Amino acid sequence: MAEMVKKATRESYGLALVELGKTNPDIVVLDADLASATKTLFFRDAFPDRFVDCGIAECNMIGVAAGLATCGKIPFASSFAMFSAGRAFEQVRNSVGYPHLNVKIAGSHAGISVGEDGATHQCLEDLALMRAIPGMVVLNPSDHYEMQAAVKAAAAYVGPVYLRLSRLAVESFNNSDDYRFEIGKGVTLRGGKDITVIATGLMVSRALQAVKELEKEGIDARLINLHTLKPIDRELIVRAARETGKIVTVEEHNVIGGLGDAVCAVLCEEYPAPVVKIGVNDRFGHSGPAADLLEKFGLCASHIAEVVRRELKK
Amino acid sequence: MEQSEKKRLQIAACKIRIGAIEGVYHAKSGHPGGSLSAAEIFAYLYFKELNADPAHPKAPDRDRFVLSKGHTCPGLYAALALKGYFPWDELKKLRHIGAMLQGHPDMKGTPGIDMSTGSLGQGVSAACGMALAGKMDGRNYRVYALLGDGEIEEGQVWEAAMFAGHHKLDNLCLFIDDNGLQIDGPTAEIGGPEPIDEKYRAFGFDVQKIDGHDLDAIEAAVGHAKTVKGKPSAIIAKTVKGKGVSYMENQVGWHGKAPNDEQYRVAMRELKQALAELEAE
Repeated sequence: MAEMVKKATRESYGLALVELGKTNPDIVVLDADLASATKTLFFRDAFPDRFVDCGIAECNMIGVAAGLATCGKIPFASSFAMFSAGRAFEQVRNSVGYPHLNVKIAGSHAGISVGEDGATHQCLEDLALMRAIPGMVVLNPSDHYEMQAAVKAAAAYVGPVYLRLSRLAVESFNNSDDYRFEIGKGVTLRGGKDITVIATGLMVSRALQAVKELEKEGIDARLINLHTLKPIDRELIVRAARETGKIVTVEEHNVIGGLGDAVCAVLCEEYPAPVVKIGVNDRFGHSGPAADLLEKFGLCASHIAEVVRRELKK
Repeated sequence: MEQSEKKRLQIAACKIRIGAIEGVYHAKSGHPGGSLSAAEIFAYLYFKELNADPAHPKAPDRDRFVLSKGHTCPGLYAALALKGYFPWDELKKLRHIGAMLQGHPDMKGTPGIDMSTGSLGQGVSAACGMALAGKMDGRNYRVYALLGDGEIEEGQVWEAAMFAGHHKLDNLCLFIDDNGLQIDGPTAEIGGPEPIDEKYRAFGFDVQKIDGHDLDAIEAAVGHAKTVKGKPSAIIAKTVKGKGVSYMENQVGWHGKAPNDEQYRVAMRELKQALAELEAE
């Protein structure tokens, strides 16, 4: 078993890029003046000739990445989710998505856990935006080990990939020896038959805590880590609905267009089942320390546990 | 440029105009004005300058061309068809359901298209990426991009300009098709992109202003751009929108409209007459 570490997935991203850079000369990393925040500075320092700081010009950065990709490079274009997926949405859509170019787009500091910077920087729409682009793979890894595996998988996959990164450090839990990352395949972290919690990204650690608490009360909740929002693991979701009946989804994203909606879309077509969506309820974020904000918005273990208890009483 | 060479390129430009009108007419929509204004630029690049081989459209060492003003693809498609990337008859299926030629360039579906474009301001950034890749890999290819004078009202164009200047992309050459008109009227009245030369100079470009219909001038400007070290190049080509079709010239209404049957006949008569004269001389 790999050691437990407490790292933000943005740091894991930066470290993984350096590892990739050592073996793959086609990897090129781009940033938009946030290298110290997205942690691409690790790559910058290791491979300065393959690092391009595009300055505060995200739309151009995505276009430059597209041009590099047409010449056989594998660019990782990195910024805050608000800017790489948000501001440059149309560039991602038209210059990367439409020609299906081999560009990886990293959106760091996603969700409200950006903290003090507040609503303008707390992107709660990136998963919805990126999911809506045909052919885009959307990854939202949950801890250090998963992010490292996801970066490798994204580089190996030929085509556009969006990677969501978090600012907040998280205790690792995907460190068992049999952990395998496969794009499009969810991970069942705990079996259970009473209800299923499906979480993604930073929320997986919170959901894991919640499920452990519930276990002490005799509640047998299944926990699925859906690190890939697109293509979504339909089979795993349908099986969970069939075997446990009820579903609770947890995401650090607007409840419109993210994990909850993606799960609902699968179930209403294949196996209608009640779904409760925990997320940000169609509102903007706020300034404050990340942990306090997550609690205030109900994106914490105690609220997840409370919702599960409530649903099981219905 | 030798007379015979010039004649060859003038004939190519005339055929490109014919192909552009064929495409837009059969599509019953599209953008003739800016296709016609850029015909000499297309002709010079594809029939004199570019290291581009229709038999190997993805050759790593080829020169790249990005039509950043993607809506004027009827002109580019005509140049590519004439060059042999696909049959001329494809032009008559432009914009049709199931056809290869899309309303804006699609690099996945159309051989010879180096970048999908159409949303203004985006192609030039991709051209910067291609030029940067060439530098990284030590390849000698050059990257050309064609922008509209209306297009440069997009902010991304200036992000790209700052990037190209800062990174000293001297393997990048931009043409600005300065025909003075955009959809809503004269550029001077709508977005006010002038002075274009001073702007590009301020962003670190070597800037030349030429008559964009003068093949000698285009050749001289491209030749000079190739000698410039440490700076990207911008060639501001003063052109006439709708050039070659009498009733389209300098008419803002012909930015994005197809000729009707009668207008098509007139356009074809004029262009074929011009072609016949060139071929007879």
